[in-house]
Amino acid sequence: MYARLMSVPLTLLGLLEREPSHGYDLKRDYDTYFGRSRPLPFGQVYATLGRLARDGKVVISDVEPGEGPDRKRYVITERGATEVETWLSEPVEPEPHQQTVLFAKVVLALMLDRPAAYYLDTQRAAHLQRMRELTEIKRTGSLVDALLADHALFHLEADLRWIDLTTARLDALAEAIRS
Amino acid sequence: MTGMNLAVGASEQRGIIEAHDVVLSFGETPALRGASVSAAAGEILAVMGPSGSGKSTLLYCLAGILVPASGEIWYDGRRVDTMAEPHRSTLRRVRFGFVFQFGQLVPELTAVENVALPLLLGGARRPAALTKARGWLERLGLDGLERRRSGELSGGQAQRVALARALVAEPQILFADEPTGSLDSLTGEHVMNLLVAAAREEGTTVLLVTHEPRVAAYADREVIVRDGRVNALTPDPVAS
Repeated sequence: MYARLMSVPLTLLGLLEREPSHGYDLKRDYDTYFGRSRPLPFGQVYATLGRLARDGKVVISDVEPGEGPDRKRYVITERGATEVETWLSEPVEPEPHQQTVLFAKVVLALMLDRPAAYYLDTQRAAHLQRMRELTEIKRTGSLVDALLADHALFHLEADLRWIDLTTARLDALAEAIRS
Repeated sequence: MTGMNLAVGASEQRGIIEAHDVVLSFGETPALRGASVSAAAGEILAVMGPSGSGKSTLLYCLAGILVPASGEIWYDGRRVDTMAEPHRSTLRRVRFGFVFQFGQLVPELTAVENVALPLLLGGARRPAALTKARGWLERLGLDGLERRRSGELSGGQAQRVALARALVAEPQILFADEPTGSLDSLTGEHVMNLLVAAAREEGTTVLLVTHEPRVAAYADREVIVRDGRVNALTPDPVAS
């Protein structure tokens, strides 16, 4: 969620670099490409555009006749374009997730002499069920859907590899924790 | 060991293919220690597990290639493990199809001849067999490659030829052992899409051995083999 909050202003700026747009068009394009499972509320679009204008990253080029904020046409400024360029060219912070909930569950289960292997298997089944749903989206959806599903699939696969490895090491881990 | 016990009595057979409490060793090394699994007709079942867990051995027992030391294998109401080898051989040729990790095409034959092979071995006339084989090559996007030999095909093309060969005789069960193991992600995905689509259209039951979760995600359900035994990760619709 934090990553999304961080990237919404920059993504909207990027869309504006493509072409000047109204808030309504920005929301539509954002939802089409980036907000499939979680569309952007109109309120957030206009609040974000207001902040971008305040910070000199966009300007309002014209206001068409009519009521409501969606009549304003936003244009990216040089400052905004520089920020998009910097954002795109810098690598995203790798997130090692070293202290996951699952890790905590496994360690606690071993400490409490609970069936850690069973918990891992249950998690494994849940991961695979989600992977099945995503695979179906890939099989039946557009290329954009497939790319989004792929991103999630690779992350779930990484989790599963960890689950498999941890399952194989449970006895040794239990010994390490109890010693 | 955790998970559901899938063992059911032979008289209760409800899946199209089942293993009951199968035990098999290679010399002193136990490979299967009481493995039980069941697949429903038309189901795509992923058999997962770490290297050396016994998942491929289980597949070969189900296919009647290996004979367990104890336990039972049932296919469509028939006991497979007690059949004489000639009968098991006929069963494999007529009812089962196979895809392996490295295609295993006959290098001296062209693509279309490879695909026609199961039909020719089954006594079909050559022109009819080749016509049907061409149809399958076309269906898997390989038209134009009929005369190529395996050395002239890419890994993905060779695997699709192997898939066509496995399905040309309209098997009831397709045994696929790491069918994308030698392919890159994108090519593997293409092969899996074709495999699943063809199996669904034909109503073929698929037993898919894989250690890759992304491949297993194409299946309806998965079981995991550990230390020669089977754990179900998702409920078995046949047993429930």
